[in-house]
Amino acid sequence: MSDTAHEDPELIQLLTPEGELREHPDYPLDLSHEEMRGLYRDLVLVRRIDTEAVALQRVGELGLWASLLGQEAAQVGSGRALRSNDMAFPSYRDHGVAWCRGVDHKALLALYRGVTNGGWDPAEHGFHLYTIVIGTQALHATGYAMGIQRDGAVGEDGSAVITYFGDGATSQGDTNEAFNYAAVNNAPVVFFCQNNQWAISEPLERQSRVPIYRRAAGFGFPGVRLDGNDVFASLAVTRSALQHAREGQGPTLIEAFTYRMGAHTTNDDPTRYRVSAELEEWRLKDPIARLHAFLTREGIADEAFLKGVEAEAEELGESVRRDCRELPEPDPLDIFHEVYAEPHVHIDRQRAEFADYLASFEDAGAEGGR
Amino acid sequence: MGSNLTIGKAINAGLRRAMETDPKVLVMGEDVGKLGGVFRVTDGLHKDFGADRVIDTPLAESGIIGTAIGLALRGYRPVCEIQFDGFFFPATNQTFTQLAKMRARSGGSVKLPVVLRIPYGGGIGAVEHHSESPEAYFAHTAGLRVVTVANAVDAYWMIQQAITSDDPVVFFEPKRRYYEKADVDTAAAVDSATPMGAARVARPGADATLLAYGPMVKTALQAAEADTDHSIEVVDLRSLSPVDYDTVCASVRRTGRLVIAHEAPLSHGIGAEVAARVTEECFYHLEAPVVRVGGFDTPYPPSRLEEHYLPDLDRVLDGVDRAFAF
Repeated sequence: MSDTAHEDPELIQLLTPEGELREHPDYPLDLSHEEMRGLYRDLVLVRRIDTEAVALQRVGELGLWASLLGQEAAQVGSGRALRSNDMAFPSYRDHGVAWCRGVDHKALLALYRGVTNGGWDPAEHGFHLYTIVIGTQALHATGYAMGIQRDGAVGEDGSAVITYFGDGATSQGDTNEAFNYAAVNNAPVVFFCQNNQWAISEPLERQSRVPIYRRAAGFGFPGVRLDGNDVFASLAVTRSALQHAREGQGPTLIEAFTYRMGAHTTNDDPTRYRVSAELEEWRLKDPIARLHAFLTREGIADEAFLKGVEAEAEELGESVRRDCRELPEPDPLDIFHEVYAEPHVHIDRQRAEFADYLASFEDAGAEGGR
Repeated sequence: MGSNLTIGKAINAGLRRAMETDPKVLVMGEDVGKLGGVFRVTDGLHKDFGADRVIDTPLAESGIIGTAIGLALRGYRPVCEIQFDGFFFPATNQTFTQLAKMRARSGGSVKLPVVLRIPYGGGIGAVEHHSESPEAYFAHTAGLRVVTVANAVDAYWMIQQAITSDDPVVFFEPKRRYYEKADVDTAAAVDSATPMGAARVARPGADATLLAYGPMVKTALQAAEADTDHSIEVVDLRSLSPVDYDTVCASVRRTGRLVIAHEAPLSHGIGAEVAARVTEECFYHLEAPVVRVGGFDTPYPPSRLEEHYLPDLDRVLDGVDRAFAF
């Protein structure tokens, strides 16, 4: 199925796997050379954070990591299409979007190290917290978009919302409810599905009998499929869909057709359910390699630039390793922190009792132990 | 200005006042617009506040709560109506994994002032899934506040307190009591009302405490009245999470006996929780074990049998007798 789907004539592609530029009548590429180099830098650095995080999990520094390997172009392209007053509702693999929204890698590491269940202020970054339960965030995004409508913040300079989920999430009721709520309310939201072909061990054909982007038609809004390993297509199509939304024309479903090169998470073993030939086939479509080929062939990126990015990646890798180990252990009393906005007698009491209990060990220590 | 209002009308008046006071307050749910809700609790709000503030949603409960979360993140204060107790369950995921936990997960950087209005309980001769008492699920979930009302005065004030709370509040409405009337001073200042989290001594007494909430408060008051041999104090719990143990335990220390009555299945319920805590706190004041009277640990029966399922006056009095017979 993936082969035929990939040959879909409607797949929007601006940069071929060989690194050649293609024109599309609906999505003109309007990027300066500097912006193109910026995208390359994003892809390389995001991949580096991911590589380091996987390694950190392997040596026991992280409890878990959900790798984005292979999905960098889908995330960076769409993430760079966002404006500062837009809001993103991610899933838990969207480290590339987090990068574009200025969320520090330390916050991502803290989550997967088990230091926090959140890690950043959603309002500060225009990037909501990672959401673990599949598909829930699509409804949050839709409700937020309904709020934008009520604020009158729709228009040329208005705000839009984007939400990220995978192919598996399109099986969830919440995602389908979100499509419907967004459609009947004409809400300014873009649904960005990263179809990475696998929901843990379940292939796409166990999730959907139709190509995912075509589902949008049944809800009454446009659906498009783009080459998710093509950062230019991801950027141009998302920019267009966001503008469509913020101008009051309603939602769009974008299906970024891509591939999860690694495991679902570091707990997973993909060799049990997929063949290596598939991996090799997708390796030829690598998002970074194709942009590298294009930029060097066209003379947009010279040796000095590429070496600069490589040096930056080395430095970033080092800080990822160091920052992870330096993350402070949370205070035990953080368990009770901000469960409620207002005082809650049960929690206040349990916090006080637990604090006394903890203090009893300190007292015992001061007295020379039990 | 006093008004003689039913519980249903009092909630309506409370919603209206909250919407007039704060333009960020929204009402949303199935049929809440032109119809005014299946119990007419939102009657007239759509006409006066418009479709942008009184939102008729698609028929999808998870969608109601999920989009309410998004609206709250954008700065709104949505009041969601779930049409019936048994229809809440499609929205459990959004409520328990998202609404309840998101504030803690954000370290306090987001607030979710969402109210879930749920008409609950039996006694109206309805079909399956229209008569349940699921309050223990909510009270067991950290991050939610759970309250219920037993009279029109509390209905009017507590719905406003629930809306102004920066925490998610589950507001259980006793549907078989929607038409109970009381005089409500609708012109009084908001801060003159009893706080939402406090229990209330509904009837003072000396010999035993009869604790109830929501639809059972009326039955408890009738039982106290009917028991001419003893002086029964009735405590209306009002807040199911957190529980106001100060008021509950003070009453038990005065009376020495505690009988708890609720419609919900007995095991693992609110009554079990209160009984355990009271035993811990008031052990030396108790003259008898805490007695619970509740619904059975069965699915809610067909309506021809609900009079046997719901604790009625006689079963509550039987519970009181057990407390005195020990």
